[in-house]
Order: sequence, then structure tokens, then C-alpha cells
Amino acid sequence: MTTQAGTLADVVSAAVAAHRDEPGPLLAILHDVQRELGYLPREATALLAEELNLSRADVHGVVTFYRDFRDTPPARRTVRICRAEACQARGARDLVAHAEQRLGVAVGETTPDGGTELDQVFCFGNCALGPTVEVDGRLHGRVDATRFDDLVGDLE
Amino acid sequence: MSTTVYVPRDSAARSVGADEVAARLVERLGDDVRVVRNGSRGLLWLEPMVEVETERGRVAYGPVGASDVDGLLDAGLLDGAGHELCLGPTDEIPWLSGQQRVTFARMGVVDPLSIDDYRAHGGLAGLRAALAMTPERVVQEVTDSGLRGRGGAGFPAGIKWKTVREQDGLKYICCNADEGDSGTYADRMLLEGDPFTLVEGMLIAAHAVGATVGYVYLRSEYPAAAETFRTAIEIAYSHGLLGQSVLGSDLSFDLHLRIGAGAYICGEETSMLESLEGRRGEIRAKPPIPAVSGLFGRPTVVNNVITLATVPMVLADGAATYAALGTGRSRGTQVFQLAGNIARGGIVETAFGISLGELVDDWGGGTASGRPVRAVQVGGPLGAYFPEELFHLPMDYEAFAAEDGLVGHGGIVVFDDTVDMAAQARFAMEFCAEESCGKCTPCRIGSVRGVEVIDRIIADQDRDANLAVLEDLCEVMTDGSLCAMGGLTPLPVRSALKHFADDFTGPGATPPPRATPDAMHLEDRHPKPIAGNVGTSSTEVSS
Repeated sequence: MTTQAGTLADVVSAAVAAHRDEPGPLLAILHDVQRELGYLPREATALLAEELNLSRADVHGVVTFYRDFRDTPPARRTVRICRAEACQARGARDLVAHAEQRLGVAVGETTPDGGTELDQVFCFGNCALGPTVEVDGRLHGRVDATRFDDLVGDLE
Repeated sequence: MSTTVYVPRDSAARSVGADEVAARLVERLGDDVRVVRNGSRGLLWLEPMVEVETERGRVAYGPVGASDVDGLLDAGLLDGAGHELCLGPTDEIPWLSGQQRVTFARMGVVDPLSIDDYRAHGGLAGLRAALAMTPERVVQEVTDSGLRGRGGAGFPAGIKWKTVREQDGLKYICCNADEGDSGTYADRMLLEGDPFTLVEGMLIAAHAVGATVGYVYLRSEYPAAAETFRTAIEIAYSHGLLGQSVLGSDLSFDLHLRIGAGAYICGEETSMLESLEGRRGEIRAKPPIPAVSGLFGRPTVVNNVITLATVPMVLADGAATYAALGTGRSRGTQVFQLAGNIARGGIVETAFGISLGELVDDWGGGTASGRPVRAVQVGGPLGAYFPEELFHLPMDYEAFAAEDGLVGHGGIVVFDDTVDMAAQARFAMEFCAEESCGKCTPCRIGSVRGVEVIDRIIADQDRDANLAVLEDLCEVMTDGSLCAMGGLTPLPVRSALKHFADDFTGPGATPPPRATPDAMHLEDRHPKPIAGNVGTSSTEVSS
């Protein structure tokens, strides 16, 4: 635990140091910490508040406002499906239903083995080539059920 | 000498295999080929679209998969030879040559990260022209061009700049690249395919209003755009385009890229400013307007990517040239984005005044599914749904407003006849509930109630009474919300009710979707996704 705490404090300090001279740096710092650790441990809130001379409530309020920030470690792989209108017009609703069935979890959940997290996004800006699915940061267009199975096939 | 081959770096092209095509070309040809990762020409249904530099100019092929590369090379790709995937000389493709490309003139043409290429294709001409003018003159040019905010609100750019110009002290230029509207992707394409144009536009704005610092606020869902633009900023600094004495002039300007964190509301200008300041993206009540008190309380120009990226062309060619295009009070061109269920999706930049039907049918070729077009949503999630009966509407801010719609950022999402418009109306409310910043009650609670009321209408419970409640609710949201999120959500809802009333009743009167889940805990800004309803409602579109 000490090692982890040490690591967290180091990561937070480094992120703060990298952005301290910028005005309004909190989002950039949070992005940095999450990039390093994969998530924002709850303990990070107190450390950041201390470093930045903000209240814990201020930091917590920011962390919880934005969908990107998470307080639990991510799954080994993340699958995100666009659910916005342009992809809906190309069958995203069916694709989401298929994905939930295929992975056995609902949107927002992780498979029991901790291997795959299924999430939704409102628009990747790939609106002419939907439905769009992102697997571990990589964008895939024109994804139907078959292509989806190919994409997640590697996950198993 | 090695042949130059263009393979787009655009995210859309990459989503259908452009990286693999580029890799295969290099693998086969090594030093015999120079692969330039250009922006997309915007013919997205033909991506990955590969171009080869030949004596006859550039010749296009598409859509090219990695497995097509060997066959194309054998057929003489490097000489621009014929092949079933050959589209002919790029400049002669009617879909492209028939457009009026102004803002997107360099899109797909240049190497996005080559300053030399940028200069060779007219880059910096606008900035040089601006620097030779007084700031007041630049503001006047932009005003005279008739350029209006392309982010959606359509406010005259010159008027906004004039207000900022008249303030004293430290000022900012903030570019809104939080392009969250579904069906829109022009900002992303420009950042990935012609980023220096945005830098140049922001420099001109800085000179015009007397600003010294700029921010581009880009959504986190666009990592590739962030990478390209970050590199573009570095290159611009190294060439003296940013920093002290830009191009040897008195202008000094520092530019920073900031990344959002997954909040649609941050596309609202005051919410974006809050986020840039490192806070929750809750909107601010106006007044004061950002032009007077914006970022960190200082006078701030907030403009969309396309607005700022159009400014260099206005200055280079003159306000009159730009203003000569368009119709009514909608001057110049719009970078229309064809999206959704459309056969030929992509960018159509053309003068305002083209009809909705021409864009959807003539340019877009109808639906991708081959079924009849039933509805189009124009202007993003807050825009109205229109039936074919309104396809005669000219693309024009005022004409759309008159039909209770909006041109918005120029995105057009096409749906075929399998669409359930009651489900779309419900989604509009659901989206608002999910993305509301929570600051004002009509938006935060109205949207949740909206989902519930629409569910009751679909279930045929007290139909007339609930329709009256919905109408009442829409009125409260329209008139009582602090910003466009709650204020415009009624547009898609009301338009669906008005133009597609049958979907809310009749044989489609389906069992109610499961009761609105506890996703709507109001104290929680990040409700659980509404997974319980996804795909389980019998109102879902089935294929």
C-alpha cells in the first residue's frame, strides 16, 4: 500500500508540476494523472486539493462532472459504441443490443472476468460511416453485428 | 524519383482501413513511394480514397482496401492507370468539382503538416493581407463579408469582434472545437486535414481585436485531431507563426490546445469557458457576454473552428468576394456534412441557398439502405426533424428558423422509413437529461419529465392530457432554460410530433418501454446509461 500511495503522490506531483504555470490547469492535470494510472483513485482528490489550494469539494465536483474521469481501474479492454443520431440511423440501436448480448453485459458494465468494458459515446465524428465502434482507442466504421464479433473476437 | 501517393489520415478514412492501405503500399514499394497522409477530400463513402501524383495531375482510386493494393499496383496504380476502382483525375470528379470550396479549399490537397505546402496553396495570404491593414479595417472586412458563426448560433462574427476590439487590456481568442453534435464532423476534418488554416484564422482574429493568447478547446473524443493539431502548433512556433513578432510584425500570439473530458454541454460557449478555467462545465448566465467578460473575466472572442478557418479566405480574397456567395442574410458558403443513412456521405461545401432536397437526394444519393428517406435532422441533436415535404427549404438561417428548425453547424442526418420518430423524440429528451449541466431547472428536470411523458404518450395513457403536458413542458424549456441545451431540445421533439404524428399513436401504440429507469437521479450528473431500455423496447427500429 505504501508503494501505491507513494506512486500516486509522485504521479500527482509530476502532473501538477507540469501544469502549475498554466491558468486553470485542473482538467489538464486530471487527464495526466488518469493517463498514468488508468483512473483517478479517490485519494487523488485530496492530494490534488492540497497541491492546488482548492477544496476537496471543488476537485470532486470537477472529477464527477466529466464522463471521461473514472474512479475505478479500467478493464483490460474498452469497447465504446456510438449511440448518437447519425449512427442510430445506420442501426446503432440494434448494434448496442447485439453487443450487450454478445458480451453478456449492459452498456456501462464490465464483463465478469474484468476483461472487457462496454460503454457508449455520443458521437465520434464519423457520422457518414456509422455505426462506429471504438476498441481501445481505435475507431472502426460501418460496424455491423458480424464485424463487431470479429472485433471483439480478439478479446477472448 | 519516387512517386507520391496520398492516403488520408482522416479519422473517417482510418476507421475503414486507411492505415492498412498506407502500410501495404510502403511494404510493397519501400523508397519507391512517398506516402503523404493528407486530409480527406470529403467523399467519405469512397474512403479510403487513394490518390497518385501523375503527369496528368492527381488520379483517384476508391474505396481502396489493403487487399486491393497489390492488384492496383499490378494494374499500374503509380502511372494512374485504369482499374475498376479508378475514379479518374481527382479534380474532374463531378461530386468534387461541382462544389464551391472556400473554407475547405485546401482540404485533402495539402500535406496537413507541411508549412511549405500550405504556403504553396495560398496559405498565409489572408494573414499577410490582415497585417497590412489596421485592426479596425480587418474587423470591418469580416463584418462586410457577412460571415456568421458556423458553430450553430449564426451570430455575425464581425459584430462580436468589434465588441471585443472596443474593450481594454488582456484579451483572448477561444476556438470552440467541442464538436459534439451528431452528424457534424467538419471541425474534426479541418483540424486533421488543414490545421494551419485555423492557426491563421486565430492570428487574424488576434490582430483584429488585440488579443495575445488563444485556446483551442477540443473534445476528447477526437484524439487524432488533437495529435495533428498539437504538432501543427509546434511547427507554427518553429516557423515564427506563433509567439513573438508573428511574420516579423508587431503581433504576438501564444496558442494552446486544451482537451475536454466528455461533456456535450462544453460546446456551449460559457460552459466551455468554465471548463477552460478548470471547473465543472456549468454554463454561465448571460449577460455579461464573453466578448465583454469571458475567459478569466477578460474580453474573449469565442468562435467555432469553421468560422475562424474561413477568415483567412475572407481576408485573402476580400469581403465582397465572400459576400457575393449565398442568399439573404446567409452569406458565403457552408461546409455541409451529409451523415447518417446516406448513400454518398461526406462534405459538400457550397453557397447557402441550396435546398435541403438537393443536398440529400442529388449530392447524397438518398439512403444507404436503398429505402425511402423518411426524415432528416438538420443541425445536430437540438435541430428539427424534417419530412420530404420540406425538402424545398433553402439552406438559410432565417428560412430554417421560420420552419422551427436550425441550420446549426451544417450537419444533415438522414433516416430511412424504418425510423420510429417517437423513439427519436424520446431520445432527444433522454440526451438532454444525460448531458444537461444541471444549472437550470427547465433543462435538468424538464428533460427527465419529457422522457416520462413521451413514454406515456407512446403507451397511449391519457393521450390528450399528456400531449398537452408535453407541449407545456416544451414551452417551459424553450422559454425558461439558460442556454440552448434545454432551450432547443424541444425543437426535435415538437418537429417529430408535428411532422410524424402517426408514430406517436395508432397500430404502433406499443407496450410502454420499461419505466424510465433510475438513471435520472438528479443529484448525479452522470446517470447510469439507460441500458435497461436499449434494444428492449418494441419501438426500436428493427432491420
